[in-house]
Amino acid sequence: MHEQDFFQNALVYLLAAVISVPIAKRLGFGSVLGYLIAGMIIGPFVLGYIGHEGEDVMHFAEFGVVMMLFLIGLELKPNLLWGMRKSIFGLGGLQLLVTALVIGAVSVVLGQSIGAGIAIGLTLGLSSTAIVLQTLAEKGLMKQASGKASFSVLLLQDIAVVPILALIPLLAGSAISAGDGSSLDVQYIAGIEITGWVQVALMLSVITLMVVVGLYLVKYFFRIIARTGLREVFTAAALLLVISAAALMELVGLSPALGAFLSGVVMANNEYRHELEADIEPFKGLLLGLFFISVGASMNFGLLGSSPGTILSLLAALIGIKFVVLFILGRVFGIRGGQNTMFAFSLAQGGEFAFVLVAFSVDNGVLTPDTSAILFLVVALSMAVTPLLLLLNDKVIMPLVFKSENTREEDTIDDEETPLIIAGFGRFGVILGRFLIANGMSATILDDNPENIDVLRKFGFKVYYGDATRADLLASAGADKAKVLIVTVDDRQKSLKIIDLAQRNYPHLKILVRAVSMKHSYELVDRKVDAFERDMLESSLLLGIEALTHLGYKRYHAHRLAHTFRLHTRKVLRELHKHHKDDEKLYLSETNRHAMELEEIFRAEKEDRSHGSDSSWDVSSRRKEAEEINPPAQEE
Amino acid sequence: MVPKNKIVILVFHPVLHKSRINRVLLNAVEGLEGVSIRYIYDLYPDYQIDIKAEQEVLLNHDIIVWQHPLYWYSSPSLLKEWIDLVLEHGFAYGKSGRALEGKSVLTAITSGGRRDAYGSDKGLKFSIRNLLAPFEQTVCLCRMRYLPPFVTHGTHLLKSDQIEKAAEDYVRIIEGLRDGTFSDDDLEKQEYINDIIP
Repeated sequence: MHEQDFFQNALVYLLAAVISVPIAKRLGFGSVLGYLIAGMIIGPFVLGYIGHEGEDVMHFAEFGVVMMLFLIGLELKPNLLWGMRKSIFGLGGLQLLVTALVIGAVSVVLGQSIGAGIAIGLTLGLSSTAIVLQTLAEKGLMKQASGKASFSVLLLQDIAVVPILALIPLLAGSAISAGDGSSLDVQYIAGIEITGWVQVALMLSVITLMVVVGLYLVKYFFRIIARTGLREVFTAAALLLVISAAALMELVGLSPALGAFLSGVVMANNEYRHELEADIEPFKGLLLGLFFISVGASMNFGLLGSSPGTILSLLAALIGIKFVVLFILGRVFGIRGGQNTMFAFSLAQGGEFAFVLVAFSVDNGVLTPDTSAILFLVVALSMAVTPLLLLLNDKVIMPLVFKSENTREEDTIDDEETPLIIAGFGRFGVILGRFLIANGMSATILDDNPENIDVLRKFGFKVYYGDATRADLLASAGADKAKVLIVTVDDRQKSLKIIDLAQRNYPHLKILVRAVSMKHSYELVDRKVDAFERDMLESSLLLGIEALTHLGYKRYHAHRLAHTFRLHTRKVLRELHKHHKDDEKLYLSETNRHAMELEEIFRAEKEDRSHGSDSSWDVSSRRKEAEEINPPAQEE
Repeated sequence: MVPKNKIVILVFHPVLHKSRINRVLLNAVEGLEGVSIRYIYDLYPDYQIDIKAEQEVLLNHDIIVWQHPLYWYSSPSLLKEWIDLVLEHGFAYGKSGRALEGKSVLTAITSGGRRDAYGSDKGLKFSIRNLLAPFEQTVCLCRMRYLPPFVTHGTHLLKSDQIEKAAEDYVRIIEGLRDGTFSDDDLEKQEYINDIIP
C-alpha cells in the first residue's frame, strides 16, 4: 500500500512537471514559474492530488538548494570569493539590516510587538536562493553585475540564518509569552549539552576540517573511486561528499547550504571538478523542481479567498519595500541602469528560509499561528510573483532604461572559460598540449585515466578527470564558448562518439582529430571534421629519413623523398576512401582489417607511380638540349 | 563583365602578421573582381612547393604578381625556391617550354630605403631596377613581359595616410592592368609602374 502511494505521488509530481514546465518555458516564464504553477494545480486547493504531505516533500526538496550551492561553490575559486568580500558584507549586510528595520517598523505600526517585529523583519529580509539563482542561471546572468551582486546578497543571507535562529528565542521575552531566554546558551549537539563558546569553537574546527579535507584529501578519495571505472560509484561518492558536508554543518548548528557552498569552493581547483559538476547537476535540477512544486502546493488559497485585500496589500508592501531598499543600495554600490532594476526585482521576494524561521518563531512563542499563516502565504506568493516581475523587467523596463541611457551592458567575463578543449591527454595529447600551452594558449583538458592526471597535475597542467563522451561533461568544460576541440583519444569508438556529440550540440566548434587507423580516417572524412592527422605517420617518416641517411642518402634528398611519400599517402587515403565499403569489412576483426588495409595500400601504391621529382634541380634535360645545339666534340 | 586579364597575386611574406604595409596593400586588393591572392608561405610552410599546382595557377592567369618585401636587395627565399622549381625546363623555357608565353609579370615590393637613396652616388650603389635584373631576366627567358615594378619606399617612416595612399595606388594599378587601360608605350617609359598614375 505504501509502495502504491509512492508511485502515485511520483506520477503526479512528474506528470505535473513534465506538462507545466515546457509550457511555462514556451511562454517565456522560465522553469521556476512552471514548477510553482504545477504545484498550485496539484495542491490541496485546486485538484487536491497532494495534501499536506507537501510540506514533508518541501523539507526533502530543500536538499536541492544545498546541491545548488555546492555547484555554485565549485564555480567560485577561493580568490574570486575573497574578491567579493566587499559586496557580500557591505551590500549583503546592509540589505538585510535596512530591509529588516523597515519591515520591522511597518509590522510594529500594524500592531505587532517589538520582538515579533524584529523576527518578521529579519525573516522577510531574506530572499529565495533557489528561485533567484535558478532564474538568473537560466537567463545566463550569473556572470553579469546583477548576477554577482544577487549572489553576494544571497550568500550573506545564508550566513545570517545562523545568528537569526539564535536570536529568535531571545525575542520571546518581549513578545506574547515569555521564554526563558537561555536557549542560546545551551544547545544539544548529538545529544550532548554544549555551551555557546564551545559551539563556536566547534563550528570553526569543523570548517577548518572541511577545508583541509577538501583541499588535500578528497582528491585521493576520488582517485581511488575513479580507478574502479564504475560511473555510478563515482556519482554516489559525489553525492556522499555533498551530503556529508551538509550534515556536518547541520550537526554543529550551521546552515547545510552554507556547508555545501564552502565545500564547493574548496573543491573548485580540484581535478574532478567537471565530473562532479556533471554528476550533481541532474539531482540538483530535479530536487529544486520538487521544491518549487511543493512551495506551489503549500499555498493557502483559502486564506487568500477570505481576505484578499489584506494579503495582496501585504504582498505589495513586501515586494515594494524590498525593491526600494535593494534599488537604492544597488545604486550606492555602483550597479548601473538595467542591471540594477534586474538586481532589485530578482531579490524582492521572501525566501525558503522564511518557512523555517516562521515555524521556529511560532514554536518559540514569538509569533502567533494566525500571523504565521499570513506570512507563509505572502512569502509563497512573493516567490511565485518573482518570475513575472523579472519578465516585466525584461520586456518593459529594460527596453525603457536602455533607450534613455547609452551605457553598454557589461561584457560577460569568465576567467575559467578557455578557447580550447583537449579530449584525451595521453602520450599524443601531452605533446600537443605542451606545444599549445608553451605558446600561451589556455586549455581545458579532459582525460579519464586517473594515473595520467596524477602525474600531469604535478607539473601544473589543468587536467580534469572525466569521460568526454558525456554531453554534460563537455558542457561543463565550456564547449559552448570554446572555439576548438581537439580529440586525441586513442579509442576509435570513443573518438567518434565525442565528435558526433560535439557536432550535434556545438556546431560552431572546430574539431581536430587524431586518426588512429585507416578506417578511422575514412570515418573522419565522412564526418567532415575540420582537420585530422594519422597519429603515427610523422614520426615513422622522420625515422625513415634517418634510415635513408644512414644508408648513404644525402639528408636533404631523404627529406624531400619523405615529403613526396607523405603527399602520396594522403592521395592514397582519398582514393581508398572513395572505394571504401564499410559493410564488407564490418565482420572482420581489427587485426584482419589491418592486414587488409596494408594490402589495399600496397596495391594502390603499385598503381600510382606518380612520385614527383625535383626535375628543375635536375639539369639532365638542359644538358641534352645544349648537346643538341652544340654536339660534343669527337674525342680524339 | 569578364575582365580582360586575370590576375594572380603570389604573396611571399614570411611574417605577414607583423607587416605594416603589405597587409594594407593586400586588404585593398582583396576581393577585386578577376584578382586572386595566394599566400605562398602559408601554402608551403615547409617549403615543399606543389609544382604541378603552381604551374596550373600560372596557366590560368594572364598577369602574375610577385608581392614581397625587399630582403637584402632581393626576395624572401621562398620566391627563389618557387622560381627554381615551378619554372621548369620544358614548361617555362627551353625549346619546347612555351607555356607562359605572352603573360606578364609584375614585381610589387616594399623597401625601407627612400627612393632617392637607391642608385645614387652618396647612397646605395644600385637602383631598384638594377637590383631586380635577375627577376627581369628570368621573366624574359620565359617569353613573358616584365612590367615596371610597383615599389613602396621608406616603409619604416610611412604614416598611416601615406600607407593608405600607397594602397589606393596599388588598387588603381591592379585594376588598370586587369582592364588593360595602360598603353604599352606608357608602361615602357616608366621606371616604376607607380609613376603611371598622374
